[in-house]
Amino acid sequence: MSDTIEKVSIIISKGSLEGIYPGLIMTNGARAEGIEANLFFTFFGLDAIHKARNEHIKLATVGNPGLHFATIAGGLPGVSTAMTHYMNHKMEKLDIPSIPEFVEMIADTGAGMYACKASVDLFGLEKNDFIDQVQDIITVGEFYEKAAGGHIIFT
Amino acid sequence: MSTVTIAATDVELNDEGFFVQPEQWTEDMVPELAHREGIDELTDAHWQVIRFMRSEFLSKGTGPTVRVLGKTSGVSIKELYQLFPKGPAKVAAKIAGIPKPRGCI
Repeated sequence: MSDTIEKVSIIISKGSLEGIYPGLIMTNGARAEGIEANLFFTFFGLDAIHKARNEHIKLATVGNPGLHFATIAGGLPGVSTAMTHYMNHKMEKLDIPSIPEFVEMIADTGAGMYACKASVDLFGLEKNDFIDQVQDIITVGEFYEKAAGGHIIFT
Repeated sequence: MSTVTIAATDVELNDEGFFVQPEQWTEDMVPELAHREGIDELTDAHWQVIRFMRSEFLSKGTGPTVRVLGKTSGVSIKELYQLFPKGPAKVAAKIAGIPKPRGCI
């Protein structure tokens, strides 16, 4: 293994706000360092590239110990939406882009962007459901081919 | 840390290749610095970015991250990565003789 990282392939498997952002930041950060990067969305991560859903990603407020917020309160109607709104507001002040804008920006950096075929089939989706930046719907084997020679980061 | 001769002047670079003393930089050094980064043809767009990085550093004390660069330099993210494939903010900072910008976006 060489001293520097030359290539990373990052998997986003979750559909919550805090489950999606880390993978995006890592991919964008890799590109900013001149590291070749692929971004692969699977399971609920598909929401981040789904045309109808990518603007409605919520913070997980139930059973999320890291939030330091009572689960019983987190489950009340409207709480998830309100906390998501608050979180988005804080991120906007730090100039952290929204998920749709971030994904588009990452595509502009030249990162590869793919959806997981198994998940697409499972959820009955098709290429048309995704944003234009998604290059292809690929299998796990094809993902490994693309990831070859680099690191794989699962989020 | 090492002393390197650029445009017939001795300058100090850190291990990553960034200027330790930004004051040592002059615009004459740009072609040679760019060449060290694998860029042999400097277009107007390259110069625009390099000068912008330098002026942001001088006025704000730090160079901009890629996102800020894309929003305020007049050059889009897409074009930035075409001009500087190995990382726009990082490479342009080296060529502009400023420290590496710190930021996660």
